[in-house]
Amino acid sequence: MSVHPEVIRLLIFLVGIIAFAALNAAYLVWLERKEAGHIQRRIGPKEVGPFGLLQPLADGIKLMTKQLIVPAGVDPVLFRIAPILVMIPAIMGFVTIPFSETLVARNLDIGLLAVFAFASVNVLGLLMGAWGSRNKYAVISAARVVSQNVAYEIPMLVTVVSLVMVSHTMNLTKIVGQQLGGFWHWNIFNFAASPLMPVAFLIFFVCMLAETNRAPFDMAEAESELIAGAFTEYPGMGFGVFFMAEYANIVIGCSMATILFLGGWDCPFGLYPGVHWFLLKMYFLIFTVIWIRWTYPRTTFYGLLNLSWKILIPISFVNLLLTSAMLKVF
Amino acid sequence: MTPILSPQGLAGLIFLGCVAATIAGALLATNATRLIRAVTGLALCMVGVAGIYYFLGSPFVALMQILIYAGAVCVTIIFAIMLAEPHEMKRVGKVHALAGPASILAATVLVWGLAALGTKTVWQPVACRAKNGTLEEVGQSMLTTYSMSFELISVVLLIAIIGSLALARAGRSK
Repeated sequence: MSVHPEVIRLLIFLVGIIAFAALNAAYLVWLERKEAGHIQRRIGPKEVGPFGLLQPLADGIKLMTKQLIVPAGVDPVLFRIAPILVMIPAIMGFVTIPFSETLVARNLDIGLLAVFAFASVNVLGLLMGAWGSRNKYAVISAARVVSQNVAYEIPMLVTVVSLVMVSHTMNLTKIVGQQLGGFWHWNIFNFAASPLMPVAFLIFFVCMLAETNRAPFDMAEAESELIAGAFTEYPGMGFGVFFMAEYANIVIGCSMATILFLGGWDCPFGLYPGVHWFLLKMYFLIFTVIWIRWTYPRTTFYGLLNLSWKILIPISFVNLLLTSAMLKVF
Repeated sequence: MTPILSPQGLAGLIFLGCVAATIAGALLATNATRLIRAVTGLALCMVGVAGIYYFLGSPFVALMQILIYAGAVCVTIIFAIMLAEPHEMKRVGKVHALAGPASILAATVLVWGLAALGTKTVWQPVACRAKNGTLEEVGQSMLTTYSMSFELISVVLLIAIIGSLALARAGRSK
C-alpha cells in the first residue's frame, strides 16, 4: 500500500513540531538556569555533562519517574486533563508559524488569527487545573491569571490589528514577504506606516511577557507568595507538562514578534535569508525574556493591571488611530 | 473505499472525531452533576463545532469559534463559577415532571426544522462557494449586507455593559 506524500509531510511536521516544542522546553530550562546563574554571579548547572548540558535529560528522567499523585479531594478528571489542555494549544500554535519561506506546516490565509485563537485557549487549561486541584493558592492564582490575560490581550490584539492594517493580510508568510530586503524594511522601522512602530513592538513584547506569565508578570506562579500558584498540587510530569507548555508559549510569542516586527527569516543586510536568521532573532528575544526575568522583581498585582489599562491600552489605541490616519492620508 | 492513510481518509477520521467531540461535549454539558464539568463539556462541544466549520470551508469562522467560545466565553463562565460558588455544590433536587417531555418536544421541533432546512435548501456546488468564508468575503458582507445586524449586536453589547455597570454600582453602595 502506497502512502500519500501529503500524509508523510503531515506526519513529519507533526513529529517535528512536537520534538521542537519539547526540545526547546528542555534546553530553555537549561538556558534559564545558566543565564540566571551568570546574572547572579554563579555558574549555574555544571555537573551533568559538559557545561551541564545533560541536566535537562536528568531533570526529565527525574520528573517522569516520580509518582503521579492525585491528591484526595481534587476533581480527578479536571486535575488530569488540565496539563494536556495547556499543552495542546501550545502545540497547535506552531502549525501556522513559518520558520522560513518553505518551512511551514500549514500556510493558512489567516495564520495570524490561528496563532492567537489557540493561544487564547491556554488560560482555560490553567483555570481547570487550578480549580480542579482544590487549593486556595491555586484558586487565587487562577483568578489573577484570568484578569491578567484579559487585560493584556486587549493591547496585544489592538497592536496586531494596526499591524494587519499596514500589511493588508493575515497570512504570516506574506507578512514576512513584505519585510524582505534588509532591516530598514522591517515593520519595526516602518515609520512610513506609523511613527509609533517601535513603541508598538515594545507593547507587543510586554504583552507577550504578560500573556506567557513570565516575570515580572508571573502572577500565576509567584513562588514567593503562592508556593507554585496553579501548579501547587501537581507532582512529577504533570508539573513538567505545564512548564513545557509555558516554554512552548514563549517560543511562539517570540516567533510572532520576529515574524510581525523583525522580518522573520530576512537577513538584516540582505544576505542569505533563511531559517537560521529566524532562529537567531527568536533566540535573541527568548534570551531577552529570560534576562528580564532575572533582572526585575515581580510587580504587584495592581501595578500590573494599571500598566495595562492606564498605559498600554491608551498607547495602543493611539497607535491604531495614527496608523489608520496615515493609511488614509498617504 | 478510501484508504485511511490518504488525505481524504484522514480528513474523514478527523471529521468523525469532530462530530464525536461535539456530541460528547454536548452530552457532558447537559448531564454533568458539577457545573465546572458542564463548562468543560461546553468547551469540548465548541471545539468540535469549530472543526466542523473548518470542514465546511470557512476557517475564519472556525478560528473565531475557538477564540470567542472556547477562549473567552468558557473562561468567563469558569471565572464566574469560581467567584460565585466557592464550595462547588453538586446538583441536587428533582426537576419538574414536565421538564423531560417538554425538552424532548423542543428538541424534536429543532431537529425537524434543521433537517427540513437542510433538505429543502438548494445547495450550491463546491466550485461556486470557493470564495465563501474567506476573510475578505466575511468582512465585506459584515459591513454591507449584514451591517444592520452587526450594529444591533454592538447595541446588545452596550446594553450588557451598562447593565453590568449599574449592577456593580448598586453593589458598591451597600
